[in-house]
Amino acid sequence: MSKPLDNLGKIRKSLNRRNRSEQLFRWYGRIAIMIGLAAVLVLFTDIVSKGNGAFRITYLQLEVNYDQELIGVDNLADPRQLAQGDWQVILKQALRNQFPDVSGRGDKRRLNALVSNGAGFDLKDRLVANPLLLGETETVWVLADDDIDTYYKSWLDGEPYAARLTDKQVEWITQLHDQGKIRLQFNSNLFTRGDSREPEQAGIRGAVMGSLLTLILTLILSFPIGVAAAIYLEEFAPKNGWTDFIEVNINNLAAVPSIIFGLLGLAIFINFFHVPRSVPIVGGLVLTLMTLPTIIITSRAAIKSVPPSIREAALGMGASKYQMVLHHVLPLALPGMLTGAIIGMAQALGESAPLLMIGMVAFIVDIPGGFSDPATVLPVQIFLWADSPERAFIEKTSAAIMVLLSFLIVMNTTAVWLRKRLERRW
Amino acid sequence: MNEANLATPAAAANAEKVEAKIEVKLDAKQNLEVADDQVTVGQCFTDAPKMTMRNVNVFYDDKQAIHNVSIDIAQNEVIAMIGPSGCGKSTFLRSLNRMNDTVESCRVEGEICMDGEDLYAPKLDVVELRARVGMVFQKPNPFPKSIYDNVAYGPKIHGLADTRVDLDEIVENSLRRASLWDEVKERLHQSGTGLSGGQQQRLCIARAIAVSPEVILMDEPCSALDPIATAKIEELIEELSENFTIAIVTHSMQQAARVSHRTAYFHLGRLIEVNPTEQVFTMPEHELTEAYITGRFG
Ligand SMILES: Nc1ncnc2c1ncn2[C@@H]1O[C@H](COP(=O)(O)OP(=O)(O)OP(=O)(O)O)[C@@H](O)[C@H]1O
Ligand SMILES: [Mg+2]
Repeated sequence: MSKPLDNLGKIRKSLNRRNRSEQLFRWYGRIAIMIGLAAVLVLFTDIVSKGNGAFRITYLQLEVNYDQELIGVDNLADPRQLAQGDWQVILKQALRNQFPDVSGRGDKRRLNALVSNGAGFDLKDRLVANPLLLGETETVWVLADDDIDTYYKSWLDGEPYAARLTDKQVEWITQLHDQGKIRLQFNSNLFTRGDSREPEQAGIRGAVMGSLLTLILTLILSFPIGVAAAIYLEEFAPKNGWTDFIEVNINNLAAVPSIIFGLLGLAIFINFFHVPRSVPIVGGLVLTLMTLPTIIITSRAAIKSVPPSIREAALGMGASKYQMVLHHVLPLALPGMLTGAIIGMAQALGESAPLLMIGMVAFIVDIPGGFSDPATVLPVQIFLWADSPERAFIEKTSAAIMVLLSFLIVMNTTAVWLRKRLERRW
Repeated sequence: MNEANLATPAAAANAEKVEAKIEVKLDAKQNLEVADDQVTVGQCFTDAPKMTMRNVNVFYDDKQAIHNVSIDIAQNEVIAMIGPSGCGKSTFLRSLNRMNDTVESCRVEGEICMDGEDLYAPKLDVVELRARVGMVFQKPNPFPKSIYDNVAYGPKIHGLADTRVDLDEIVENSLRRASLWDEVKERLHQSGTGLSGGQQQRLCIARAIAVSPEVILMDEPCSALDPIATAKIEELIEELSENFTIAIVTHSMQQAARVSHRTAYFHLGRLIEVNPTEQVFTMPEHELTEAYITGRFG
């Protein structure tokens, strides 16, 4: 009789202990998550605080006269004239009108250095869009040079950085500021232009397009190949030494450092098959090699998780193996496969090392329009900008990182959403 | 059991009793061991068989699960297969529509024919075979698709319906025959996995009969169901036997007694006895059968 009571006492005693360990474990979990979140938070605040300046850029207001003589253009329909015209000169003229007291070659040169080297081409575009302006005068906001931009932003923030400017230049900027002729505007160049040696003109459009083209190719190649391989290995291949060997090697490949894939791509695609360097085709091929193991492994896991009873039901109904896979296994495994593919793509998007090996690190100004145009990709662009000496590239680097991160976040969110949505169907 | 753990003399005495019981049981088992040259007693063969099995042996790798089984299944017969767990009932049943092909280690020897045609002939297509010999599994396994699609799946893949109307008709008929129609007609396009266990099993039966197979194999179709659902399915089996030949594996002797015409008793991979159900449960011919139905082991 006393025994059951005794047991109860023991159970109660152990209950306390069990509850305590559970509480402890929960706290470990919470602390782990907090550490993770804190790391993410620090990373994001650091990048955002450094990079958000890059989304605005300094413009100067000038009275520009589109003087035919100065530019050397009389017919706006002639592309040769347009290409040969001296567009910067009307800006110089406008600056001189703005600051008539400036004299001396050195000062004049420094005055001209207030505006971006490329600002003249913006004027050309304005003129081509509106030919009636030829010979007229208009008030325009033109892009300032990156040193001016850096100084003006830092000055607005209360910690002026004037190391690269002369006192005169600082004075001119102050004058312009007092007249309301200098201001920060949204930096649309960042999103519409390719790379440039001039930080104020450099944009990530080229790198984004390069990444996009490379990723499209990677997805087109690696998803069908990976899924087909996974289905074959899981459903059709006999289980023997060979398939074990293949499985071990796929797992090995998944763990190979990515730069090795770059070397492989260099040796095979470029040196042997003579695919041109620096183009999305070769980038996509290399990233396909790299993401294939991931996609195969996740797809196999997704296929494995389809309950065997469903397969039996299908086969028992007289479905062929192919029909069983197509009608039942694949639809159930698809969410997992897509998740795997998106994670693989996210990996590929963030990859730079293998692409350095195949020449996608070249300085490319033009925005790639196809798979065989020279291109670079976002992470490599970040690497290039981080390596540039100009101070204005610091905030650009962080801005590019922000763009890359937001792509990654969008992709991962899509993966989660897709999985939820497809799984909820039944 | 460890002596040191026994606190009271009473507990020790209890333990002894338990051990003694186990010995008795072991003894009984040894006595009931089947001889290698065991032949099946009873009425194994029929005049106009639908399926004939001769000297069937089934192996999993080197382990033999079915020893030398010969039996006929008559047209429109319901034959029940009973026997202790692990005796090979499922293995035998699954060799009748070659579901064992999916088990890599499984090998079937001997002759299994339907209407005189060798089911293991190399030129025979298992897809066709499984359309002719349907199967209902122990655990209800509807596809994670709508009720309609579950039933329509077989006719669709075998191309049995020419039009949408035909298909609708097949689906409705099958659900009616599985006595599920009234319960689901309002929600044909909801998920089949959202039904209750008994409804799911009847859905699986409807799915199996939708392709009008000649033979239906059922592997413990009621083991996951409550008595009411079980009764419904048993009733259904009786009705289906008018049109189909049915082989059913069951652990419930009452069920075997209620639904089947003949009963086959398996023991350790051997077919011990086949006789009309009534006889098996009243006057079993073999002592092993008697031991089993009187509950001496199992
Ligand atoms: N896939 C398999 N691989 C190896 N051995 C198997 C396999 N399936 C069944 N067996 C063995 O074959 C023998 C018969 O199994 P089977 O499933 O046919 O028994 P059963 O009579 O259906 O039992 P139960 O009533 O418990 O379902 C058992 O000894 C079992 O261990
Ligand atoms: Mg079984």
